[in-house]
Amino acid sequence: MNGPLLFLPLIPLLPFAGFLLNGLFGSRLPKPLVTLIALLAPLGSLAIVVHDAYLYWSGALAVPAIEHSAPAWISAGTLHIDFGFVFDQLSLTMLLIITGVGFLIHIYSVGYMAHEEGYWRYFAYLNLFLFFMTVLVLAGNALLMFVGWEGVGLASYLLIGFYFKRTSAADAGKKAFVVNRIGDFGFLIGIFLLLANFGTLSFSEIATKLAANPGWQGGVLTCIALCLLLGATGKSAQLPLYVWLPDAMEGPTPVSALIHAATMVTAGVYMIARNHALFDRSPLALTVIAIVGTATALLAATIALVQTDIKRVLAYSTVSQLGYMFLGCGVAAYSAAVFHLMTHAFFKALLFLAAGSVIHGLGGEQDLRKMGGLRKKMPITFWTMTAAVFAIAGFFPFAGFFSKDAILYAAFLQGTNGKIFWAVGVFTALLTSFYMFRLWYLAFLGKPRSPELHPHESPWSMLGPLVILAALSVGGGWIGIEKFGGFLSPAVGPMPTKGGSSSLELTLSIAAVALAIVGWLIAHLLYFAKPEKPAQLAASVSGPYKLLLNKYWVDELYGAVIVKPILAVSRFLLEWLVEFAILGGLAWLLAGLAMLSGAILQKWQSGNLRSYAAWLAAGAAALLLFALVPWTSVLANFGIHLNLVHFYGAGR
Amino acid sequence: MIPLSWYLLLSAALFALGIVGFLIRRNLITIFMSIELMLNGVNLSFVTFAHQWHLVKGQIFVFFVMVVAAAEAAVGLAIIISIFRARATLAVDRIDLMKL
Repeated sequence: MNGPLLFLPLIPLLPFAGFLLNGLFGSRLPKPLVTLIALLAPLGSLAIVVHDAYLYWSGALAVPAIEHSAPAWISAGTLHIDFGFVFDQLSLTMLLIITGVGFLIHIYSVGYMAHEEGYWRYFAYLNLFLFFMTVLVLAGNALLMFVGWEGVGLASYLLIGFYFKRTSAADAGKKAFVVNRIGDFGFLIGIFLLLANFGTLSFSEIATKLAANPGWQGGVLTCIALCLLLGATGKSAQLPLYVWLPDAMEGPTPVSALIHAATMVTAGVYMIARNHALFDRSPLALTVIAIVGTATALLAATIALVQTDIKRVLAYSTVSQLGYMFLGCGVAAYSAAVFHLMTHAFFKALLFLAAGSVIHGLGGEQDLRKMGGLRKKMPITFWTMTAAVFAIAGFFPFAGFFSKDAILYAAFLQGTNGKIFWAVGVFTALLTSFYMFRLWYLAFLGKPRSPELHPHESPWSMLGPLVILAALSVGGGWIGIEKFGGFLSPAVGPMPTKGGSSSLELTLSIAAVALAIVGWLIAHLLYFAKPEKPAQLAASVSGPYKLLLNKYWVDELYGAVIVKPILAVSRFLLEWLVEFAILGGLAWLLAGLAMLSGAILQKWQSGNLRSYAAWLAAGAAALLLFALVPWTSVLANFGIHLNLVHFYGAGR
Repeated sequence: MIPLSWYLLLSAALFALGIVGFLIRRNLITIFMSIELMLNGVNLSFVTFAHQWHLVKGQIFVFFVMVVAAAEAAVGLAIIISIFRARATLAVDRIDLMKL
């Protein structure tokens, strides 16, 4: 390998070492040492990433740089798969987000989890997650990515079910795992198809082969793209597999911030951007992605309108924002999608952490209806949360404005379909603005609704990350899509700009901001000026209200159509076929055989001396008969010829 | 001269009588005597063949069998006497347990 050392394998391995240390010995180590190990691991990774980023920007590095670790992982025939780690603009962006935001959330967790049982276990899982997530992002081939992909699913499962004594948390973990497995199945099929059609799983080789065949379009490529998309919808909580994410809020709040908002759920977007050469060749798959993204964004935003649990509002908001990213991918504006991924990581992590600070300050209360008037009691949490709310609602000049605008602008340029996507997108932006300001008003403004709660501001280990993330939520988008897109274009291709103009972009931006302000005003009217109004409104349109409150009954629908039949078939297979027929039948057969032979043989063992003697005499008589009768000639009379040489010996 | 087969038939008859007696009689003394009958049936065969082939080995075998039978009679009768003292019976069906 030429060029400077990047220490890429160390980026995942440091958190893994942290996981091993805390996971194996954490229960016996003193708490400060556990904290130290847990914080040093991501800090070391962050330092390496920053070092590599410095190398990149100082121009000392030719990207994409690939580091292989010898020996090869799998080598069979013409197939070679190694532990190749890829360092390019895309993985650099992701790594900065993962290790940077990840490290902040680790610090936050020290304060948030301080009094929890299983402190060491929590940090072991968190480090394990960072290990798999960095493997996923650095992977240079689809199989290694799949390892990270499955690994983050495992870490997510462990952390959702962290409070495993609560049945709902254990169930939510199981649900997340099973739903993700459905997506993973699609991903795996996609990998097999890649292998069959390209003979390699390396992303760069696949891109090279595609570039060598410019005419290769659609067909099997669409098939691969749709399989990969199924994987992405599972991990990134898109229609139809989004149902696990809201339930995943059973985990500790920093986990929701790190895994279920900032990093893991964006893996699907990352995977599509990583394989953009493939997706570019399949217009049908791109359209499907755009439709899935738009539909998910709208559906999740409408559900978020009426939720009363602060974390669930944020969860549906995450699903909705991920929909935007998918829309960005679907209109081939991958750098806009990754841009939104980055700003979303900042402000959504901040929203969750601020919500965690509120929950922490209220002693575990998550119901928005019981909050109110927290602005005075928790000023820092309030101001950081405000920055995040303005960012996600898309107000200029906060981070969310730039990235969301880039996606919507790119969608608008995509012909007639694009206009529809754009229209739904800006309407969703209005809804987003409304439900975020609803949360903001309900939690922080107005009068305290529960006098029995005594809110207090959180410790500085929690507020520090909030302040840093607030600064990023404000300024994270100032780089602008043009510079960011230019930076990413070697890795994910240029932004589509056909038919665009700066005046059109400005008009669309003004329209989007205007709608966001409308959303704010409605929320202001309903939840600040006239607090009695929402209940009346809910009563007057009770049908749609109930529909939203019950999340379109999607969980119930899935339960009745998919889960119940599968459970019934599984029960039948397990209890009747396997347990009763196969295992039980086999056991009874063997037992019956033993009993039958026992019943016959026990007649010989009568314990009666005389019967033994009789058998002895009969046996002796039989031997005598056998020895005296010339059997060979007797049988020869009946036409049977025996070769008894072996019996009597060759000499006879 | 009496043919060989007559001796052998007598020997076989004695042996078979011994077996039948051993199997069907209940009295311990009778069973014991049936065993002696079987041994002597075999002895007759040995002597017959020794005489026929002019070999002394068969006669030596007969002496061995007699010695063993005498020793067995001494031990066996002693056991029978002690069983009779303990159980007051010599019917084998009644004494099929080692426990008193």
